[in-house]
Parts: sequence; C-alpha cells; structure tokens
Amino acid sequence: MNKPLPNSFRQGPDARGRFGQFGGRFVAETLMPLILEVEQAYEAAKKDTAFQAEWRRLLTHYVGRPSPLWYADRLTKHLRAKAAPGMGAKVYFKRDELNHTGAHKINAVLGQILLAKKMGKTRIIAETGAGQHGVATATACALFDLPCTVFMGATDVERQQPNVFRMKLLGAEVVPVTSGAATLKDAMNEALRHWVAHVHDTYYCIGTVAGPHPYPAMVRDFQSVIGEETREQMMAAEGRLPDALVAAIGGGSNAMGLFYPFLDDESVAMYGVEAAGKGVETHEHAASLTKGRPGVLHGNRTYLLQDEFGQILEAHSISAGLDYPGVGPEHSWLHELGRVNYVHATDDEALAAFQLCSKLEGIIPALEPAHALAYVLHQAPAMPADKIIVMNMCGRGDKDIFTVARHLGVKL
Amino acid sequence: MSRISTRFAALKEQGRGALVTFLEGYDPDPATSMAILRGLPGAGADVIEIGVPFTDPMADGPSIQKGGLRALKSGATLAGVLAMVRDFRKEDAATPIVLMGYYNPVLSYGVDRFCTDAAASGVDGLIIVDVPPEEADEVEPQAKANGLDLIRLVAPTTDEARLPRVLAATSGFVYYVSITGITGTRSASTADLAAAVPRLRPHTDLPICIGFGIRTPEQAAEAARLADGAVVGTALVDTLAASLDEQGRAKPDTVRKVLDQVRALAEAVHGVRKAA
Repeated sequence: MNKPLPNSFRQGPDARGRFGQFGGRFVAETLMPLILEVEQAYEAAKKDTAFQAEWRRLLTHYVGRPSPLWYADRLTKHLRAKAAPGMGAKVYFKRDELNHTGAHKINAVLGQILLAKKMGKTRIIAETGAGQHGVATATACALFDLPCTVFMGATDVERQQPNVFRMKLLGAEVVPVTSGAATLKDAMNEALRHWVAHVHDTYYCIGTVAGPHPYPAMVRDFQSVIGEETREQMMAAEGRLPDALVAAIGGGSNAMGLFYPFLDDESVAMYGVEAAGKGVETHEHAASLTKGRPGVLHGNRTYLLQDEFGQILEAHSISAGLDYPGVGPEHSWLHELGRVNYVHATDDEALAAFQLCSKLEGIIPALEPAHALAYVLHQAPAMPADKIIVMNMCGRGDKDIFTVARHLGVKL
Repeated sequence: MSRISTRFAALKEQGRGALVTFLEGYDPDPATSMAILRGLPGAGADVIEIGVPFTDPMADGPSIQKGGLRALKSGATLAGVLAMVRDFRKEDAATPIVLMGYYNPVLSYGVDRFCTDAAASGVDGLIIVDVPPEEADEVEPQAKANGLDLIRLVAPTTDEARLPRVLAATSGFVYYVSITGITGTRSASTADLAAAVPRLRPHTDLPICIGFGIRTPEQAAEAARLADGAVVGTALVDTLAASLDEQGRAKPDTVRKVLDQVRALAEAVHGVRKAA
C-alpha cells in the first residue's frame, strides 16, 4: 500500500508560502518588502525561547489557558435518546470561549503583538467581522500600550454594537468601512490599503489563517495551542485520541488550530463546518469550499466565492464571523487532499443549535461554533456510542444575543 | 521592436517625456469609455493604460474603486475590455496599450488564453498589481511567449537588495510609485518625484514613468522632466466622475471634459524639453 509519508500533512507551507497550489504572496510591491520582513521576524521568533516563554506566560496568566475540555454529558444523552440503540458518540467541547475576551482570537493576537513589538512597530491595525478579533487586538494593544485601529464593515458595525463599544472602551479607534457590502471582506481590503500607506511604523494583525504568507502559517501555529491542549486533555480524560474533530470555518483559524496537531493521526476524522446561510443552493451563503473555486484574493490563492468572470461575490451568514467569501489556503489544500471533510450548516440550523446548547449545557455559544454544533447534532447520533467527538467551542455568545433575539422575534 | 519600446524611443529622439493615462475600461459605460479611448491619442496620450475592473482593488483609492464598480455595473468583463482594444486597434496601430488590474479576473479567464487573446487584440503590456516578482512564474512564461511586456511597480519601500530582482522581472517600462500608499490619496511632492531616477537608473536602461499621486499639469511636467514619463489616473477618473449625472450616467460633455484634461496634461508634459 502506498501510504502518505509520516508528517506529510504537517509540512506546509513550502518556501514560497504554499500549501500545494494554495497560499503564496499575492500583494502589491509596496507591501512585499514588509511581508518578507514579517516572515523573517516570525522565523526568528519561532526559535526565540524568550519570545515563546513570554507568549506562554501571557496565555497562562492573562488569557487563562489551558481552556477546559468539557464532556457535554446532557447533550450526549440528549442525542443518544434519539439515536439508534448503541449509537450516539460522546461529545466534548474544547472551551476556548472561556478565554479572556471570549474567543480563540486572543491566542494569535498576543503572539502577533509580541512580534510587532520585536519588529519595532509602534501602531497596530486589524480587520474584524464579528468584532471578536477586533476586541482581542484592542485588548492586547491596551495591555502593551500601542495605538490600535480596527477596520470593520459598516454593516457589521451596525449588527455588532456591543463589540464596537468594547473596542472603544479598550482605547481602539474603530473605522467603519462603507465600500462593497461593508462586511469582513471590505474591512480586510481597507486594512490592506491603510497598511500600504503606513508600512514604516504599522503592523497588520490578521485575525485568521488567510492573507499573504507568512500569516496563514503563523496564525495557525499560534492557534495550534488549542489542538495541543486538546490532545493532552483527551489522553488524560479517556486515555486515547478522539475519533472526530468538528470546528466552524470562516477564514478557518479556530479549525486550523484544533486540527493541525492531529493531521497525521489517521484515526482522527475532521469536519470543518462552513456557513450555509440560507442554504448552499441559494446565493446567500458563505460556503467557499463547498460552492467556490480557486482564485486569488487578499494575498493568497484559495477557494473563493466568485462569479464566472473572477469577480468576488458577497458572502452571507447570520454569523458576522463566518461572513467571508474566502477561506485559509491550508484548508483549500486539506480539502483537495481529502484529509478534512468540509460540510455546512445553515443559519436556521445554527440558531437551533445555539438554543439547544444554552438549555442543555448552560453554555451560550457564539453563532460561529453554533454552526459546528449544528453539525455535531447531525453527526454524533450517526456514530457508535464508544466514539468520541471534540467540538471547538471557539467563542461565547454574549455578543450575539441581539442578533438571535431579532431572528426569534424577541424585542430586547 | 514592441509598440512600447518604439514609442519611448521616438519620444526620446524628440526630447520629450511621455504622458501615460489611466482610466477604467467600461467606466461609466462601454460607449463612453470607447469614445474616450479613441480620443486619447489625439488629446496627447502617449501610452494608454486601461484598468480591468475588479471588485476588490487592494491598491486603489476611493476614486478608482468607484470607477471600477461603475464599470462592473455597466457590464465590464476582461473579454469586454479586450474587445475595446481590438476596436481601438482598427484605427490606431501605434499607441501602446497596457492593461492594468488584478490577478483574479485573469486567472478566471485562464492565463494562457488571456495572454494569447490580449496579444491578438493589440495589447502591448500588462500590469498585474498583485503578482509580485516572487509569483512571476504564474504569468511570465505566457506573457513572454506572446510578446507582452510585464510592467512592474517599484515602490518607495522596495529596498536596494530587492530592486535588482524587481527590475530584472520588468520589461517595457518601469512604473515608479511615487508615494507610499494607494492610488490618488496623496499628492507626490517634488522630493518624492525626484527620488525615482537616482534610485532606479543605476539598475536599468528601461524608461521610467512615475505615477500614484500625480494630479496636475505642473506635477506631470515635473515628473516628465525628472523621469521619462508621468502616469495620471485618479485625476482623470475624478473628472469623469464629476461629469456624470445623479444616476452616474454620462452626460453629453463627459468625453470632452476628460479629453480636455488630457490635453492640458499633455501640453505640460510635452512642453518639457529633454536632452535627446
């Protein structure tokens, strides 16, 4: 049998920043020298024990890591009650929603802010969709006394008011972006444009595993703390690896962080859950891997929602954090290799999962992991009872209660 | 010799600098855009850049972003822009045409097919903003095989170590970005303009044109005096935009207003006498 070489799924990216044909450095010349500088600085930081120790210290004492691995007993029983006899996998949550700032974003932000300081940059910019990455970046900038500007689509500013106010409290400037559909894609365009004009003193703190090399690899490396902890905690709890991992995919940073340390464990199945919005058969979804095709946007080649002429389409999701027409290049690669299964959940399925989780586990999930949970609700009953699923609870739902209330017809 | 080389050689012989103009293809509609294109050589444009509209133009300021969206709304496609060039070539065999845009529409069209069709349509050069020399193998073999020049941007951030690599990957002319920023957001100072030639000339014999931040005839003349040419884009797109009605439609004097501005720019650029 021809088997893949050991570690074959964990060797990317290559020297050009590519995962197979995906990734790369598709940026204007003005940014190119800075991208190379970030790459150099990151390569040095990887080997710098003082840098790593400082990042770990922040994760422990500021973020509150390791985050718990929680056996969702009531949810498991609920799903088994409806499953065939002997069916219904055990469901665990990796509780990254308990991190300081309420989501996994802070893991990579702290790493990047330390890097920016090492590079001598004195200003930080970021893009944000749901506001979680913006809040995390504003938080780290407050901690390190760095001026912070967050670009946010005007549409998202409207639907994520609590996070906008949070960022302002933390001392960040929030710039509403009105170009395009005024969502995450446009915020990223505007952040890149701003960066082009301020390269000398500014670091762009990207929130996901997308963008030009080295961002996809760097953000993945920082987020891999999620999967590394999960592996250790699962060995302690069950004495073995899980059978399936499930995570929501917008750009894909929480999923990449959970999946990466397990990529070479053949027994571990992986499911990345894209946002199907009003349905992948409609035009209103954000399922780039399910319905898109490869193209180049925001510095990397990856699966994109685009028309036949290569113009980028607007994505749609009830979750502002998944509302992006692209996906990290490593996911595109894992998709084509078949190592990760990319599936999807609709707005309605996510809303149902959101409510179920709140009632059964006393955990109000963010709408992003509610998509992952929607898939767990479907997948766990189809697996035998001795199997184990870990789902990344990558964010908490406080920010989403207004959106959810509106969809449920409740006036707050 | 390519049209681009021929044109710059002729200008050099006449002791003149080049006026390079930029407008988005199909902005605000195909007919108006075509009428402007036809009028550009007569108004004094020496080299014509046509923008290929894209939904997410990362290096462009608000004016060109809006121009691109107007163009997309009026049905712009890469194939449509190539058709404009073919129509233009029926009347003008000499003025070089450079397509400027982003990679994804080219990728979607197919790089091989695009380079073949562009050359056959009478395109002379390409500026693909988000394909830096590091990714050049994506398009360079196909462009070369079809005799298309790949014009590269050199930015103030392009350091000495990198400059030879960027210039080695360039043909036709070098496009010097005079400001650290996106198009049309800041005006280049005389010092910005003056930096170009001393930095680049030791590394290249190609003509050097300066753009991003040149708005007025005075600035264009200064750029032409210091280098081999001036690129004006946003100022023309702004004039076009200001001439439209409330619904964004062309008015009877839209074409004339844009071409009048080109005439003023050309007069200033061509008024500069340079050593032949």
